[in-house]
Amino acid sequence: MQTQTSTYSNFNIKSIRNDFPILSREVNGKPLIYFDNAATSQTPQVVIDAIVDYYQHYNANIHRGVHTLSQEATEAYEASRRKIQHHFNAKHPHEIIFTSGTTHGINMIASSFTSLINKGEVILVSAVEHHSNIVPWQMLCERTGAILEVIPMNTDGELILSEFEELLKKQPKLVAVTHISNALGSIIPIKYIIAKSHEVGAAVLIDGAQACPHLKPDVQDLDADFYVCGAHKICGPTGIGMLYGKEEWLNKLPPYQGGGEMIAEVTFEKTTYAGLPHKFEAGTPNISGGIAFGMALDYMNSIGFENIAKYEQELLVYATKKLLSIDGLKIYGTAKNKTSVISFNVGDIHPYDIGTILDKLGIAVRTGHHCTQPIMDFYNIPGTVRASFSFYNTKEEIDVFVEALKRAVAMLS
Amino acid sequence: MTIESIQNEIIDEFSMFDDWMQRYEYMIELGKSLPLIQEKYKTDDNIIKGCQSKVWVHAEMNDDKLVFTADSDAIITKGIIAILIRAFSNHHPSEIIDANTNFIDEIGLKEHLSPTRANGLVSMIKQLKLYAIAYQTQIN
Repeated sequence: MQTQTSTYSNFNIKSIRNDFPILSREVNGKPLIYFDNAATSQTPQVVIDAIVDYYQHYNANIHRGVHTLSQEATEAYEASRRKIQHHFNAKHPHEIIFTSGTTHGINMIASSFTSLINKGEVILVSAVEHHSNIVPWQMLCERTGAILEVIPMNTDGELILSEFEELLKKQPKLVAVTHISNALGSIIPIKYIIAKSHEVGAAVLIDGAQACPHLKPDVQDLDADFYVCGAHKICGPTGIGMLYGKEEWLNKLPPYQGGGEMIAEVTFEKTTYAGLPHKFEAGTPNISGGIAFGMALDYMNSIGFENIAKYEQELLVYATKKLLSIDGLKIYGTAKNKTSVISFNVGDIHPYDIGTILDKLGIAVRTGHHCTQPIMDFYNIPGTVRASFSFYNTKEEIDVFVEALKRAVAMLS
Repeated sequence: MTIESIQNEIIDEFSMFDDWMQRYEYMIELGKSLPLIQEKYKTDDNIIKGCQSKVWVHAEMNDDKLVFTADSDAIITKGIIAILIRAFSNHHPSEIIDANTNFIDEIGLKEHLSPTRANGLVSMIKQLKLYAIAYQTQIN
């Protein structure tokens, strides 16, 4: 990539790319083009440095140590919690619970709701959910006898809101929907869904895994009861994420796991639990991950989410137009509001074949069902090729990708 | 021909190509000559697990030889299974059980041997050998 340019002038793409050491490596003898950002984002040097710095200078267990290292580590970890609080505009730092990632956060709530859901009561999910936001609720239904209902989608990959309103008549106890579809990129009107769900007394959990790389959710403005995401899609490390929960909800829910950190007092007769957030954070956490998560948010905010969104939209429009010039290419997910994710197939070529050839040409895309088998069943396809762009990608990379795709199609037709 | 001599023949054919693209094109070509599985055998039971694309394999004895037929919905995968079947099919189960699979490495498909690869080459080899073991047990 010699001539990295952007038409969006506030954006110094060359300097941004230099922040990511991995972007200068080669794959199969070609410069890496990384278009699998919806699966995981790459890590800037400042985040890598934060992890190294922790292990080099103040690695210690947090919260109960009287010694200096433990206090420094505790301070950095808790400072990160406050950064996350401010980023998502939560009212209190203790409304932010560290998790291992989005899936963990959803499972935590699904598990804690076991005692709050009764047989025959309804849990509502949507047709565009990732398996992570389906299976934990199915398991909850199995435990309690509750019923899972699904908000349907249209062929553009948008939820059918009139059907959603019909389903609300069943008085769901809990509504769990994604903010943005991982397979299709559709932005779901969650503010509306939350408000409507609250009218019937349902709690709402938002899966923010795909939204957080592209926008800055304000949990108070959205009025979400729970909002979950993972750090690794927002330039942070894997194995760390956060669950936001409204204070009154988190106080109401029983703890999810028992162990150290989460107790106030333990005797063999009875244990009393610690207050928030520790009640939900049993055991030694991923301390370096938590600290690096805060650094990743600092990094993203230094670029600015408005800039990121604007630039990524440019990439989306550019790539969509170029891809549609390929004969037989069909895009799945054509919602009016979508993020920089393009799921597609070319004729009847299997997505796996295309992914294999693109990899040979140094291009990383995802192929398969993207953990959304119900969406693939809806379109009656085995899977798609998914190219997902981040703010460090360029139009030049898209050009190379489109040429490579043409080459693959020629080989595979 | 023994399995080993067929494998050597395949290695010779692939050695004519000097880049990956030609090798892949040839592999796709070989996929077209795959002895296709009958539609009635394309059942879920005959799908090899561990592949991102679907691969069906059927095995039956013809005299004392085990004969494989297969199909896949992805053409690279179809090429891979075609190469395996060309090497293994029409041999006594005991020969198939004993056969080694180093030739995959030598024809430049080493990357596909990684168990983390979504194409399931390792699963395919395992499945062909399992069929051989099953029929060998019947013979014994």
